[in-house]
Amino acid sequence: MNIFIWVCLIIIFLSMLGTLIRVFKGPSTPDRLIALDGIGVMLISIIALLSIVFDTIFFIDVILLIAIMSFIGTVSFSKFIEKGAIIDRDTHR
Amino acid sequence: MDGRRILLEFVLLIFLPFVFAILVPFAYKYIKGIHTGWFVLLVPLVLFGYYLSFIPLTMDGGHAISEIKWIPTLGIAFTSYIDGLSLLFTLLITGIGSLVVLYSIFYMDKKKENLGSFYVYLLLFMTAMLGVVQSDNTMTLYLFWELTSISSFLLIGYWYTRDKSRFGALKSMMITVFGGLMMLGGFILLSIMGETFSIRELIAQAPDLVSHPYFTSALILILLGAFTKSAQFPFYIWLPDAMEAPTPVSAYLHSATMVKAGIYLVARFTPIFGTSSTWIWLVTGIGLLTLFWGSFFAVKQTDLKAILAFSTVSQLGLIMSLLGAGAISYHTTEAMFAFATYAAIFHLINHATFKGGLFMIAGIIDHETGTRDIRKLGGLMSIMPLSFTVALIGSLSMAGLPPFNGFLSKEMFLESMVALRHFELFQFDTWGILFPIVAWVASVFTFTYSLYFVLKTFLGQGKVDQLPKRPHEAPIGMLVAPMILASLVIIIFFIPNVLGKWVIKPAVMAVQPTLYGSPADIDIHVLAWHGFGSVGLWLTVAIVIVGSLLYLTIPKWQPLYKLQPAKLSLNEGYDALMRGSEKGMNRLSRAYMTGLIRTYLLYMFAFLSVTVIAVLFIKDAFVVDMNSFAAITLYGALNAVILLLSIGFVVFAKSRLAAIIALGGVGYSVALFFVIFKAPDLALTQLVIETVSVALFLLAFKHLPALNEHGETKKTKVVNLIISLSVGVMVTLVALSSHSQKLIPSISQYYKDTVATEAGGGNIVNVILVDYRGFDTLFEIAVLAIAGIAVLGMIRLRVSRKETTDENK
Repeated sequence: MNIFIWVCLIIIFLSMLGTLIRVFKGPSTPDRLIALDGIGVMLISIIALLSIVFDTIFFIDVILLIAIMSFIGTVSFSKFIEKGAIIDRDTHR
Repeated sequence: MDGRRILLEFVLLIFLPFVFAILVPFAYKYIKGIHTGWFVLLVPLVLFGYYLSFIPLTMDGGHAISEIKWIPTLGIAFTSYIDGLSLLFTLLITGIGSLVVLYSIFYMDKKKENLGSFYVYLLLFMTAMLGVVQSDNTMTLYLFWELTSISSFLLIGYWYTRDKSRFGALKSMMITVFGGLMMLGGFILLSIMGETFSIRELIAQAPDLVSHPYFTSALILILLGAFTKSAQFPFYIWLPDAMEAPTPVSAYLHSATMVKAGIYLVARFTPIFGTSSTWIWLVTGIGLLTLFWGSFFAVKQTDLKAILAFSTVSQLGLIMSLLGAGAISYHTTEAMFAFATYAAIFHLINHATFKGGLFMIAGIIDHETGTRDIRKLGGLMSIMPLSFTVALIGSLSMAGLPPFNGFLSKEMFLESMVALRHFELFQFDTWGILFPIVAWVASVFTFTYSLYFVLKTFLGQGKVDQLPKRPHEAPIGMLVAPMILASLVIIIFFIPNVLGKWVIKPAVMAVQPTLYGSPADIDIHVLAWHGFGSVGLWLTVAIVIVGSLLYLTIPKWQPLYKLQPAKLSLNEGYDALMRGSEKGMNRLSRAYMTGLIRTYLLYMFAFLSVTVIAVLFIKDAFVVDMNSFAAITLYGALNAVILLLSIGFVVFAKSRLAAIIALGGVGYSVALFFVIFKAPDLALTQLVIETVSVALFLLAFKHLPALNEHGETKKTKVVNLIISLSVGVMVTLVALSSHSQKLIPSISQYYKDTVATEAGGGNIVNVILVDYRGFDTLFEIAVLAIAGIAVLGMIRLRVSRKETTDENK
């Protein structure tokens, strides 16, 4: 059981390193953004695994939060790349 | 007699002019018909009359004290201590004050001048001066001392629309306040030495104070105060510039009273410091130097008041040197030196009488002819006979001729200086011969400028038609005060011993309290005629002969003054000092205040890291205790690698967007650290905050400058690298050593034990935040609220750029 979790953790870490390389290298901003989104998902997995290691349920909130945040972050970034701004001005006034 | 009640009255009298000063503006505003000066005249007259009643008391060596506690816990009190010395000064202040006010009534025009402020300043000065001479408490003495500086500043700058008045006022302020501050330092040292502010108690302890390590510092600081106020070398330079004041002010402050405050200080502190050789050398030496310097440069002046100013400087030097010589009497029984103190005080009175009169005459000449330039004046004798008489009496007294009072004190001065030669302590026997020579040469110049002053103005060819005004004799009211002073000059010559018995001997007694039991013990009888054997007589004869020759040949040797290069004068020095310090300060602040936050951060971080690292190693506080560290976990190490990589990317990123993304990476890995170290609440908050702040960065993205826009040079980059490395090292060192040296155990066990029982909660972090230490939370909420409102304010309240620049104009 323990070894299984360890192997999982290392695999996720390696894939995180891989996506980080994508974050660093780019070459375009959407590449980085997708990589960052991926890192968010991996974070969720890491925290879930760590909760098993620590034998605690307190980090379930964190997992949910990362899921929301990662979504909001990716959406706002995407909107930023698309329009150059995150919040639209009310143009009908 | 109920002494207390009566005594309580007279310390309040110091403040009589002050209180009256409050009423003067009303009198000036509402009573237009009468010259305001008439009301003011009452004050010094009443005071003079009142203080005369102390003469019988002090004549027997007695004194009177009256005190009002001001700050009792610090031992600071308004004290009026009247003994011979303070009474003498008090009488001078009130007596000459009355005459000056009388003179000013005719001098200051009722319609053209702002009399309200003039008399307010003058009365303020009178209170200050009375306070200086009567205070027994050094702190209140200093208070009044500074008040004289301030009121003198106001009076010199009375015609504030003139550049020269403002310059003179500022210069005198700078120099006298410098001296005043030095003096305060001396007083504080004295109070540390003697543990009291009272001068009398300090005098009583005088023998113990001499060996104290602060003694010499206190001595020099107090002398600095006295020398700046009394216009001694090299601080005399403010006095000639103070002549821009109205003439009554020059007569009162800058000849008879304020410039004698320094003399008073030296006389008052002689019982404490007089036994020291430094004191004797400094006071006598500087006094003689000033005497010579002032008399030599007086002949150079072309302005009547400037001549008198230099003459005042020189006469003050004379009095000062006599006080120094008088202090020698602590070391020798030779009667001559007790004589010196007597001569000093005698000359002080004489100087006040004749110099006051001369200033008033100079003012009259200015008033009636429109000029004070001695080169334009001449031949006024037949036009202004009364003024001429007064000026002649004053000048001859100043020159030291009989039958005027200056003769007596000048003769005593010369004899004291001759006696200095025989004094054997402190190397006076080797250098002593210089003293009589300098004194004699200075007296010759004094004689010369006295003649120069009176004869060039009143004799010679009349250039009457070229004067700005048609000259005529002054109104009689203006002449009353100088005539009274001139008659005093003569009266004192004939009755010096009455004056001596009433006023001078008690004053000498106050200056040298340990030497005499009562004023009657002072065995001095002033004689106008000592017989042909007297040294003073022959010296005076020589002075008259050489001085007359010098006067007759003035045009021939006056080019001598041109030998002194203009750049080397003391005034130039003062100007250069002022200019230089302003320039230097500007350059200094321009050098380090670049206006760049970058530079300031550099200073702060460099200072912080250097001091902290230095303290760590000086105090040997850098300790690493490996045992206290927890074991390194694998996921902890992996997460640290991710964190370091992200940080490195933030620093080396080429684009702003990449840097922001990497910063988000840093924030998320910190959140992961919170997970690893088992802090779920922190992890939650960190995640939300990180997301929001990244979003905010993006929101402001358009307005942020491009990275590396400053185009930093290699040098600044290297400096930044060094500073950031040192700050990093500093923080690491502090963290390591503070972790390794925990002095007391943590209190968290208490929280763990009581979180459920006391607070009824399960989440320990939340309970701490809202229960155990809810106050912090409250104010953090406040911080957030303020930040929110401030953001709203910054966005909404846009003051356009144009408006702000208008305001700045």
